Amino acid sequence: MLKKLLTVLLVLSLTFAFASKLEIFSWWTAGGEAEGLQELIKIYNKLYPNVEVINATVAGGAGAQAKAVLKTRMLGGDPPDTFQVHAGHELIDTWVKTGFMEPITFLYKEEGWERVMPKGILEIVSYNGEYWSVPVNIHRANVLWYNKKIFNQFGLKPPKTFDEFFQVAEALKAKGVIPFALGTKDGWEAAHIFETVLIGKLGAEGYKGLWTGKTKWSDPRVTDALETFAKMLKYVNSDHPARTWDEACALIVEGKAAMTIMGDWAVGYFYAKNFKDFGWVLAPNNEGIFDALSDSFGLPKGVKNRENVVAFLRILGSKEAQEAFNLKKGSIPARIDVNKDLFPEYQRSAMEDWQKHVIVPSVMHGAAAPESWVTEFKDVISLFVARPDVKVTQNALVNIAKAHVGQ
Amino acid sequence: MKRDKLVAFLFILPSIVLVGIFVYGFIGWTGVVSFVNWRDVFPDYTFVGFRNYIRLFGNYRFLISMKNTAIFTFLFLVSSVSIGLLLAILLDRKVRFEGFFRTIYLFPMAISFVVTGVVWRWLLNPGTGGESIGINLLFEKIGLSFLKSGWYTDPNIGIKAVVIPAVWQMSGYVMALYLAGMRSIPTELYEAAQLDGASVYQVYRYIVLPLLRPITLGAVIILGHISLKIFDLVFSMTGSGIGFSCDVPALFMYDTTFRGNYFSQGAAVSIVLLLLVSALIVPYMVYTIRSEVRR
Repeated sequence: MLKKLLTVLLVLSLTFAFASKLEIFSWWTAGGEAEGLQELIKIYNKLYPNVEVINATVAGGAGAQAKAVLKTRMLGGDPPDTFQVHAGHELIDTWVKTGFMEPITFLYKEEGWERVMPKGILEIVSYNGEYWSVPVNIHRANVLWYNKKIFNQFGLKPPKTFDEFFQVAEALKAKGVIPFALGTKDGWEAAHIFETVLIGKLGAEGYKGLWTGKTKWSDPRVTDALETFAKMLKYVNSDHPARTWDEACALIVEGKAAMTIMGDWAVGYFYAKNFKDFGWVLAPNNEGIFDALSDSFGLPKGVKNRENVVAFLRILGSKEAQEAFNLKKGSIPARIDVNKDLFPEYQRSAMEDWQKHVIVPSVMHGAAAPESWVTEFKDVISLFVARPDVKVTQNALVNIAKAHVGQ
Repeated sequence: MKRDKLVAFLFILPSIVLVGIFVYGFIGWTGVVSFVNWRDVFPDYTFVGFRNYIRLFGNYRFLISMKNTAIFTFLFLVSSVSIGLLLAILLDRKVRFEGFFRTIYLFPMAISFVVTGVVWRWLLNPGTGGESIGINLLFEKIGLSFLKSGWYTDPNIGIKAVVIPAVWQMSGYVMALYLAGMRSIPTELYEAAQLDGASVYQVYRYIVLPLLRPITLGAVIILGHISLKIFDLVFSMTGSGIGFSCDVPALFMYDTTFRGNYFSQGAAVSIVLLLLVSALIVPYMVYTIRSEVRR
């Protein structure tokens, strides 16, 4: 009797061992990004057909909702096998310093990634001499997108400076087109645009200093940035609280609005909508600066399918996966040895800029500051959109910074 | 007799244990967290006394959300109860197809708040670039253009626009409560009133409404506690809204805990919400238990 029971148990456990799984946690649900993820899963399944991939996604731009779900799972001792996390402070401060991750330096050594990824990116995935995640892509946050048809129709030139921006916006407004598309439903979009205004007004060093304590938030250039941002908000669509970032981009696709500032995941959205008439320049006064963020995946401690995760991470860092994923996603590969000719025009230009521009970390996307600071920053800017009081807002920003860098 | 009691006790024991752990245990745990210095993903159990609460009442976003909750609760209660009562009186006049209308009015309650939120997000979307959509388009088509508004995208309206779907969803429920109450009033009372020559208005004013008082109280308690801790409807419909004009404490709690990693502050918000809801429920429970004992 006991023997029989043991046999049954053994058979059961074997079946479970064979029904091996890999759970990938991300917030890639919109057009472009979801397809990029599918490409990764396809490559993985080709090599490991016996592993069942669970695509655990939580919708919401910038991971606003996904991060909350992830935290409850990590704290509850039920980590997903691997999860999407922004390289930089979000990875290091939230998960590495607190002891939730396993280092994966061995993968970097075995695969020789140190030689094919640029220094700027290697720095933000490492801590204490170890590597903690594999970056799959680089995104650029400071891009101004415009509808070419509208610009051609009215004989306008895409703006490079704030002065030109306001001239163009005025002209568009006079023609009855919404000059600037904005969506603020998820609470982070306005802060994202303000980040590029800060870069435009303070330059690379000044902007980086804001997050390390070197630049004071009481600086007159911050005042200028707030005033400029308030002026830009006069040219947006009136229903922006009802729209998310992709719904704001829809205004560009539909030809109702002429410009928007968004990260280059917008390209993935435009491709997915089969929209070809978009053009791009850098956000006003952002010339020569690359506002970067990177999505990466790591290895949490205590996962159920460690071997599968390591295999997946190995694929993530491979040339094939980085090309397939980024073609769909609209971002550029973290590796610099990929075949550039595969990529469409926008990505080729971004790859060139990536090697010659000054790189600054994006704050709204977790690279420049800890999440607590980012949350408070986004709340203050969100309030500013409704009540553009420059003095009150700047004071609030100064006080928040004090709590975080102790100025 | 004694055996019966023991068996009865054994039957409810599992639920006592489960509720004890998963409801009261976690409430207690939240209380503990609200007094410590947990402000990172990694717990820090240094006792800080009331510091989290003091900071909370100096936080601009929390204060805005408390004000919004007060406005929301007031408008939601007044409108749901009065519309529910009105519908109940109309149906009580022995209309034709009563069952049909009753079902229609009650239906919205069967829908989840998330679905309601998503649908009304688009119905109340004002559109952009001079083009109307949703409710605004309806107003335009039937010649009521002056009623068009920015709804929840207008910071001066904000949370008040969220009251509309909430009332749409819950007033049918209030109607059902009132209708049940009206049907339980003995017909002799109506007949006696008619013999005395009372008008319809007088019948309702002096007989029906006073007898419905316990139902009104029950409705206010049920709707009140839904309203104080509302999250799903606001979350799916508007989020925090423009300049936090739609923000409620539960949304703030979610944001500060899971995005900002301020776990202790989030716990403090939960405890404040718990106290608010208890201020409503506890007196009602005491009242109900006492009247039951009297019987």
